[in-house]
Parts: sequence; structure tokens; C-alpha cells
Amino acid sequence: MAALSTIAVMILILFQILKEGLPILHLQFFLDSPKEMGREGGIFSTIIGTAALTVVAIVVGAPLGVGTAIFLREYTRESKVGRMIRFGTDCLAGVPSIIFGLFGFVFFVIRLNMGWSILSGGLTLAAMILSTVISTTEESIKAIPYSFREVSYSLGGTRWQTVTRAVLPSALPGIFTGILLSIGRSIGETAAVILTAGSSLVMPTSLFSPIRTMSVHFYILAREGISMKMAYGTGAALILLVLIINMLAQWMINRYIRHRA
Amino acid sequence: MLQETKIAIKDFNFYYDSVPALQNINLDIQPKKIFTIFGPARSGKTTLLKSFNRLTDLMFGGSHTGAIFLDGMDIYDPKVDLIKLRRRIGMVFDLPTPLPMSIFDNVAYGPKLSKFISKKRLAEIVEKALRSAVLWEEVKDRLHTSALRLSGGQQQRLCIARVLALEPEVLLLDEPCSGLDPISTASIEETLLELKKDYTIVLVPHNIQQASRVADRAGFFLNGDLVEEGPVYQIFTKPTDKRTEDYVTGRFG
Repeated sequence: MAALSTIAVMILILFQILKEGLPILHLQFFLDSPKEMGREGGIFSTIIGTAALTVVAIVVGAPLGVGTAIFLREYTRESKVGRMIRFGTDCLAGVPSIIFGLFGFVFFVIRLNMGWSILSGGLTLAAMILSTVISTTEESIKAIPYSFREVSYSLGGTRWQTVTRAVLPSALPGIFTGILLSIGRSIGETAAVILTAGSSLVMPTSLFSPIRTMSVHFYILAREGISMKMAYGTGAALILLVLIINMLAQWMINRYIRHRA
Repeated sequence: MLQETKIAIKDFNFYYDSVPALQNINLDIQPKKIFTIFGPARSGKTTLLKSFNRLTDLMFGGSHTGAIFLDGMDIYDPKVDLIKLRRRIGMVFDLPTPLPMSIFDNVAYGPKLSKFISKKRLAEIVEKALRSAVLWEEVKDRLHTSALRLSGGQQQRLCIARVLALEPEVLLLDEPCSGLDPISTASIEETLLELKKDYTIVLVPHNIQQASRVADRAGFFLNGDLVEEGPVYQIFTKPTDKRTEDYVTGRFG
């Protein structure tokens, strides 16, 4: 019953959005820049904005998160520092995204004087996804048999060699999954982005340009009653984008696993 | 008569969180012989093996007193290069532990850790190691397929080859045949007898019969004590200690 209702909810959402949105999705819709606040034209600049923001968030957040997880699992385990870091990441996981937005606004936008920009927004999102990346990476490292480590050490491996050659390759699919979840969260995030990356429809020219992401665009179109038609179009495009990324990543993970087995 | 000694254990104790696992062990192991450590479960056999290459360092709450000498060098001396030590003492574990990579990469894992080796040289090392472990003929046509597709016996010989690729001086084998069928066991035992010419081997056998088939000397362990030690024929036919006799005649264990 529970599983069925889950699927029912998913289908209902997809159906509603796609029914309203699909008729608008022409190639021009993706390639044209928005005109008249988004009432006319397409969503090209918001696609670029979403991509840029997500790339910054992942490029900064993923290595930090994976590194922290490796440190926690392979270097400290039950030390005081380890417990403190773990407590910190658990706390981060429970912080609402609007609080990250507020932090990003106060710290990156104003304090560091980065303004509303791709960089401010990306760094804020990086902080937001950190706990997801850390916990999924930790889980997948934890699942690697202890014997792999023993073998590597017994053959004269250093700790770093053991982690990078015997542990991480097997943990990669799990780490990818965590990063994928983070990409999804970054793309879907609205509140934190509005506060840190702005809502400019102008095509960005550098990391310091303000941008509007697809989610923010959707929110503004619907919230300010500019055009429900365009809002649904953006929503449908957003769903398709996430779907494609998921399938692509799944395909990559499967290929990787098959290649190694 | 003065005998050569490869590994000398002096008054060695090992504790897990102050619970003793090995007590007051004194033992000399000779080069190019097979020494077998046998006894019931939880008698400290694996702990002793892992003390030789200091894998015990990885355990939380482990501590030791006394000393172990390899060619006269105290292996617990802080100045000892742990990486070098572990490359001199290879270890094969009780269950086959191929890493999830190709057969070739498994054998090349150790050599590639230390320094850059040319592809040609690496291929030679891998072939030689696989030949010594009597696996070459079976896998030479599929070196780049996954090691996980090998049978249990082949996997264990692969693990032996992986260790041999480093050309260690000592081989530690912790019940290397425990997960294997009799035919695989026989081929591993043949391999061991072959390897004895070049290596000092310390074997924890998976049963007493195996110990008597391959070993030169044997030591009987019980609850962390070395009860007695001597040439295999003596230990298994006329042991001096009542407890050894009870064990080898099958009265307990």
C-alpha cells in the first residue's frame, strides 16, 4: 500500500507538470533567452545559470565531502576530533536550506563582498550538500571489507596507497550516488539560491555574475503570476533534466561496475 | 648444535585491551623450512602471525611486550621501516582475498606500490610469480579478466602469487586451505613444498593432517601458550606434553 501510494504520488506530480508543460517544450524554448520577465521567449539563460551553479557546488563540495569522509573513516575513527566532525556534519544535515541561504547572504554576498553571483550561490550550495556527500561516502567506505585493507597493508602499502588503490575504487559507485543526490538537491534548491545568486535573467559572463536558476525562474513565474504556462514549461524542463542526469549517472555506474567485475 | 635462525621470538606477550592473547612465547624459526603453528581456535595462532609483519598495529587496543627478531633485527624497534618489513614478510590470509581488479593487477599490486616499474619488467614479475604459485598455465590467457571469476583454489594461489611478486623472505600462511576442496588443497600443499626451497614458511594448517604432511617443525599452541615445539614427527608421534598428546590424538579440539 505504502509503496503503491508513493508511486501514485510520483505519477500524479509527473502527469500534472508534464500535461501542462510538455506542449510548451519546443527546441526554441530551450535555446531562446527569456523576454519580458519570462512571459515570452525561452529559458536558455536559466539553464546556463543552473548548470554553472551546480558545477561550482559540486566542484567545491564533492572533494571536500569525500575528503572529510576518508579522513573520518580511515584516519581517525574513534578520536575526539572525529567525533566532533561527525557531530558537526549531523547538525549540518538538519539545517533548513533557507538558513544556508541566509548564511550565504551574510557571509559570501556581503562579508566577502562577492555580491549576488554564481560564486556566492555555488559556495552556499556546496556547504549545503556537504553533509550528504560525507554521509554517503562514509557509508560506502564502511561497506568495503576490512580484508582489502589488510591485504594492502601486508603488501607494504602506505595508508594513502591503501585508501586510494584498495578502498576507494570499490567505493566509487556509492560515492557517485551521493554526488548525484547532491546534484539533484542543487538543481532543485530555490530558497538558498535566491538569497545568494540573485534572480537576474541576463546571461552570466563570469563567476561573479548574478544568475537565475530554473527552479528560481519557476518560482518567480508562478509566485508573481507572470505566466503559469511558462512556469509549467520550466517545471517540465527541470524534471526532464533531472531524469536525464539520473539515467546518465546510472548508466555510468553500471558500466563501471561491469568493467571491474 | 648451533642452528640458523630466521625469526626469533623472545618473551613475547600480546594483549587485546589487557586481555592476554599470547603469553611468554619463546621460539626460533629456521630459514627455508616450513614451521607449522597448530592448536584449537582462539589459541593465538593468527595473532602471532600478524605480530611478525606487525599487522597487529592496525588493531585497536592491541599491545605487546618482549621482542621479535628478523635476522637479528628487532621488528618493533621504532627505527624499523614498516613498509620494508612488510615487503620482506608476505602474508596469505585464511580466506582468498583477491582485490576486485584483474588477475594481472592483483599480482602487480605489491610491486607497483614501491616505485615506477616498466610495463615489460612488471609483466615479467607477474609471470614469474604466477608460475611459482603454479597458476600461470591456468590463467595466462585471461590475465586481464577479473580475479573474482577464479575458483576458490585459484584465488588462493593468486593470493600466494601476489605475495611472491614482492620476493619476500618469509611467507606467513593463515589456514590458506580453510575454504578449499581437497583437490585445491593438494595443489596448494604441492606449491608450498616447492616454495620451501626459497622461502621461510610459517603455516597455520587447517587440520593436523596438513601439518604432518608438509611441515618440518611444529609448535602446539593452547590458550595463548606455546605448549611444546619440535620436529613434526616427534610432536605428532611422541609428544612430551600430555596436552599435546590429547590434542593430536583427537581427544579434544
